[in-house]
Amino acid sequence: MRLEYFQMVDRITALDPAAGLVRADCHVPEASPVFEGHFPGHPILPGVLMIETMAQTGGWLVIATLRFTRMAFLAQVKEAKLRAFVSPGQDLQTEARLLHDGSGYAMVEGRMMSAGKAVASAEITYRVVPFPNETLRTQMLATARRVGVPEEYLHGE
Amino acid sequence: MSSTFETVVGIICETCDIPRETITPESHAINDLGIDSLDFLDVAFAIDKAFGIKMPLEQWTQEVNEGKVSSDQYFVLQHLCANIDKLVAAKPA
Repeated sequence: MRLEYFQMVDRITALDPAAGLVRADCHVPEASPVFEGHFPGHPILPGVLMIETMAQTGGWLVIATLRFTRMAFLAQVKEAKLRAFVSPGQDLQTEARLLHDGSGYAMVEGRMMSAGKAVASAEITYRVVPFPNETLRTQMLATARRVGVPEEYLHGE
Repeated sequence: MSSTFETVVGIICETCDIPRETITPESHAINDLGIDSLDFLDVAFAIDKAFGIKMPLEQWTQEVNEGKVSSDQYFVLQHLCANIDKLVAAKPA
């Protein structure tokens, strides 16, 4: 994870659009300016970044399902539960299951685990729209390759 | 149509916290009931699930934005329900 750049997902470990499932690994950095303020003397990953991490995990599922013809923008978070502190250096596993593939929107159920224990969960809604420009699409494709989205899901249907 | 309308009214009441008595077949979901685009996603999700359909919101929005049709065509509830009924009828057996 590179928190300052909102690069939350390190590696996609499973991706099955047909089954509506994605899993990913995320390693919380030992040090980050984020921890200097959150909190002094008690560094923990901010809850909003835990939610962002689940949202990005599910976002890869939505975008891959659409073969990168659309971008998924976070629109709504429901039932967010932050069950445990996440500390610098901790390894996280995230998972998202597609609840609904709507027209212009999608919903997933996101989960975050660490050492087999549930850390966080939320129901996440995305607006799904054409990429606003080629710059973003190109960058998303590069990021997808970095995190290991299989090549077969990178090209339009 | 009547049962579709009742189902849709129930969904709107539940997801948008709008009193049932204020909703009529002539109500425009956005202009009269004040449902914004984000809340309408919740309504759409509930309708999709309840009727086993995928309302083509992208297409409808595009047609309205391009001035091809009035938003009444899709967002006045009696028309919305008629469109839902068409989508249900067109579902594969």
